[in-house]
Amino acid sequence: MIRSEILRDIAPVLRDHLVICNIGLPSQELHMIDDQPTNFYMLGTMGLSSSIGLGLALAQPKTVISIDGDGSVLTNLGTLPTIANNVADNYILMIIDNGSYGSTGDQPTYAGKKTKLENVAQACGCENVIVCRDVDTGKVLQEAIDSKKMTVIVVKCDSGNIKLPVITMDPVVIRDRFMKAVSA
Amino acid sequence: MNIDKKIVDDLVANDVSFVTTVPCKQLAGVIEEVEAREEIFHIPSNKEDEGMGLCAGAFMGGKRPAIIMQNTAIGVTINTLATLIQYYRMPLPMIISYRGELREPVACQVEMAVHTKALLAEMKIPTYHFHHQSDVEEFDAILKYTFMCNKPVAILTDANFWGGYGDQ
Repeated sequence: MIRSEILRDIAPVLRDHLVICNIGLPSQELHMIDDQPTNFYMLGTMGLSSSIGLGLALAQPKTVISIDGDGSVLTNLGTLPTIANNVADNYILMIIDNGSYGSTGDQPTYAGKKTKLENVAQACGCENVIVCRDVDTGKVLQEAIDSKKMTVIVVKCDSGNIKLPVITMDPVVIRDRFMKAVSA
Repeated sequence: MNIDKKIVDDLVANDVSFVTTVPCKQLAGVIEEVEAREEIFHIPSNKEDEGMGLCAGAFMGGKRPAIIMQNTAIGVTINTLATLIQYYRMPLPMIISYRGELREPVACQVEMAVHTKALLAEMKIPTYHFHHQSDVEEFDAILKYTFMCNKPVAILTDANFWGGYGDQ
């Protein structure tokens, strides 16, 4: 499965929770598949999905799912020790690991070579790290939500993209709509 | 006057309850004070752009955030300031140790100091420079201004403000 197929598969799980969605194609795909006020689309700032999600989870009690990529986590690798040392049990970091920089033309990442992000997360002190196959993502995600334990999920999947339009919604509208959903 | 305590008192009085820090020798006292306060959740960051991401999330979760960092971090965070904090219109007080100014002992710090105000001006970030201890009296008003206008605001605090570097 490629990322857009996984997002389509897990959309029914995601829609009941606060979602911080990574820059580029992941946000465009989620926006097209199931646009919700509970989705915060990143229009820029590669690497910070996990940080925004952690800050949000620490600030309020609802479950927060950060959808990140292997390339984006590599961009902000310092996020993993911060997550490990500031446990928020309402926080799930879901890394869609397709071993490539999908939004820029599928150049390979180091996670697609020798680097194992699940091992990096564990070495940083993250206590619940789960590696899963693309087809099991929905089940694993639901279990992580139900466990009420901070969890890092590394989803191993194929690289590949679909053609779709950019998000034209104004960033302040995205943010305002999202904040209303957070406080609802 | 204890300026570390005054700064953190003003943060608390303005309901700032989520503070991320990247350390600096000059900021050690204020970071210690942030850590000590029950009203504030203190989360150290590994890099300042990561810290701004945490602050953005905390703001959307209903908390008022702040970041404490060195001026060298302006070089690290330009993209995050433009595409996250400014683009989505979020408030962010940035309490910045202004290294490389008068009484600076480390020559390399001057290399970013000479760019600091120019970069902040280019980014259209409201900027205040604390040079004398009495300048801290404006901090409360600066915080109110930041959360009124939903912008990142820089407070540059130089060595003269902190009382120098002590014995070198």
